[in-house]
Amino acid sequence: MSARKSERLLNLLITLLVSRGYVTKDRLREVIPDYKNASSEEAFEKMFERDKDDLRALGIPIEVGGYNPLFDDEQGYRVARSAFELPQIDLAADEAAVIGLAARVWQQAGLAAATSDALIKLKAAGVEVDREALNVAQPRLAEDEPSFERFWEGVSTRRPVSFDYRSSTAAQPSTRHLQPWGIVSYRTRWYVVGHDLDRDDHRLFRLSRVAGEVTFTGPAGSFTVPAGTDIRALTSRLAPDTGERTAVVLVREARALALRHRATATQPAQAGWDRLEVGFGRTDAFVDELMTFGDDVVAVEPDDVRALVVDRLRSVAGVAS
Amino acid sequence: MTAPNARDQVTRLLALVPYLQSRGEISVADAAREFGVSPKVIRRDINVLLFCGLPGLGMGDLIEVDFEALEGDDVIRLSNADYLARPLRLDTTEAAALVVGLRTLLEGSGEEEREVVERTLRKVEEAAGEAAGVAAQVTLHVPEDEGEQSLHDQLAGAVAGKRQVRLHHRSAVRDEVTERVVDPIAVLSQEGHTYLDAWCHRVEDRRLFRLDRVAAVELLDSPVTEHASQPPLDLSEGIFRPAPDALLATLRLGPQARWVTEYHPVESAIEEPDGGLTVTLRVGDPAWLARLLLRLGGAAALVDPPALAEQVRNTALRALQHYAE
Repeated sequence: MSARKSERLLNLLITLLVSRGYVTKDRLREVIPDYKNASSEEAFEKMFERDKDDLRALGIPIEVGGYNPLFDDEQGYRVARSAFELPQIDLAADEAAVIGLAARVWQQAGLAAATSDALIKLKAAGVEVDREALNVAQPRLAEDEPSFERFWEGVSTRRPVSFDYRSSTAAQPSTRHLQPWGIVSYRTRWYVVGHDLDRDDHRLFRLSRVAGEVTFTGPAGSFTVPAGTDIRALTSRLAPDTGERTAVVLVREARALALRHRATATQPAQAGWDRLEVGFGRTDAFVDELMTFGDDVVAVEPDDVRALVVDRLRSVAGVAS
Repeated sequence: MTAPNARDQVTRLLALVPYLQSRGEISVADAAREFGVSPKVIRRDINVLLFCGLPGLGMGDLIEVDFEALEGDDVIRLSNADYLARPLRLDTTEAAALVVGLRTLLEGSGEEEREVVERTLRKVEEAAGEAAGVAAQVTLHVPEDEGEQSLHDQLAGAVAGKRQVRLHHRSAVRDEVTERVVDPIAVLSQEGHTYLDAWCHRVEDRRLFRLDRVAAVELLDSPVTEHASQPPLDLSEGIFRPAPDALLATLRLGPQARWVTEYHPVESAIEEPDGGLTVTLRVGDPAWLARLLLRLGGAAALVDPPALAEQVRNTALRALQHYAE
């Protein structure tokens, strides 16, 4: 049965593609065998509507318009060749090799299937994709995440989603509602960023902490991403610390090298210790880092950092605060 | 075998027909490999074509398949399908896959390759049209910093020129900088970090050096030794590969410390009623585990080995003395 449906879809497409103007439904019913043989007008209409949906789902742009604008004619359909065909793309051998490498970035993750589809189209357009010709470092974007595709669909069609999320600070997952604005990969991990409807603010979620299914909670085009939204800026907390605040720390001589490496000022303090000024952005991440130096570092300022470090040390030492 | 889905079949045919017209022919086996389906599916696809063509579908309207070639040599050839000479445009997701892949390559490339990648990116964006615009909005990759890029270029040059390098490497675990002469083997990227794979003459063994922990490099005039002629490491199994006889530690992670399992391979994990986990993991250097425990604060406890747990507690007690008024 489906072979017959494929025939019908292809013939419908070819008819709409080769015709000079818009093709009316009556004409389609004449030239497509299954339409001609439909048992009733209603059966034909139903079949035609479904076929149009199928072709559009494949990415084929079917336009609706008047056959002759001077008369109040019946509507017709067409596929404009310029909107249908992949434009001419001439790639030199080294460029084609780069395409092959770019495709491998995805490997099994995220858009791997879409990459294969894109490559086949390029090959069908005559591009010779050669994966071995160039010596470029082979990065991998990210690992595979089962929820990637749902979030991607949410982002690319602007559908709101809900999902259970295990945050790094809560014991139990909680249900979150999100307008997904973008998907980001950083250090091979996937994140979705968007407007968190529960918190009424933008938030970042790590895909590996999503538990279970991602559900769509509205139709496509349900929200708009505010103009001028910079996904990169929203996800800046993933990137290296920006250093908006400055901390003062005491550091044992020749220890805490990573802190010394980025200190903006270093002065000798009491014997065996130096006094460093270090920029930091996110307090939690900075406290995490200070903790790893154990008793080689003393947080002096600011007060909130100092208090957090003391709390954390008390927990580790098993001392009541 | 299940009946082919009509949408998938039409998608394949809309690529296969122009593919054949730009190349003349393809064997059934190659087509099957190219499209990731069985030869049987490809044959069924071809059968569909026999009944397709220009409106009216009269004798001269149908797409013609070369039966002799198909039955005799398992080769697909067709004619009378000029109107399907080019494939369908890239959709948003396909364009995004290529554009993001190319941008990622751009970040990982040396100066020379960057020019080719940029050129390719421009052509792909042009061919993808609007779809690429949407793609640029929806997915992006946060780049590495520039200092690392220049280190990368220098070290890639040393690999190509087969020259030794003097490295100043900062070990985060040991909290020390060591100077060593190495024979570079390759520059590798994995899990978002770039590494130098090299033979280290200081430890007389092979080592991986993370580039963001390399404080300085100096290209030497001396050529590399025979140790550098080994094939580059395969990092696909991950970076952390402690020896099988390394210390096996047991950690009790509170819910807030579950993330540890996302960053470090564990040998076993048992769910606990409070939402936390009890895990065992191999530890190459106990100093690493001590730093992790300090960082986790009260969110984790070391069950085994108890001596290390005691050591970490003492470190915290000593540190607290600095804060005593």
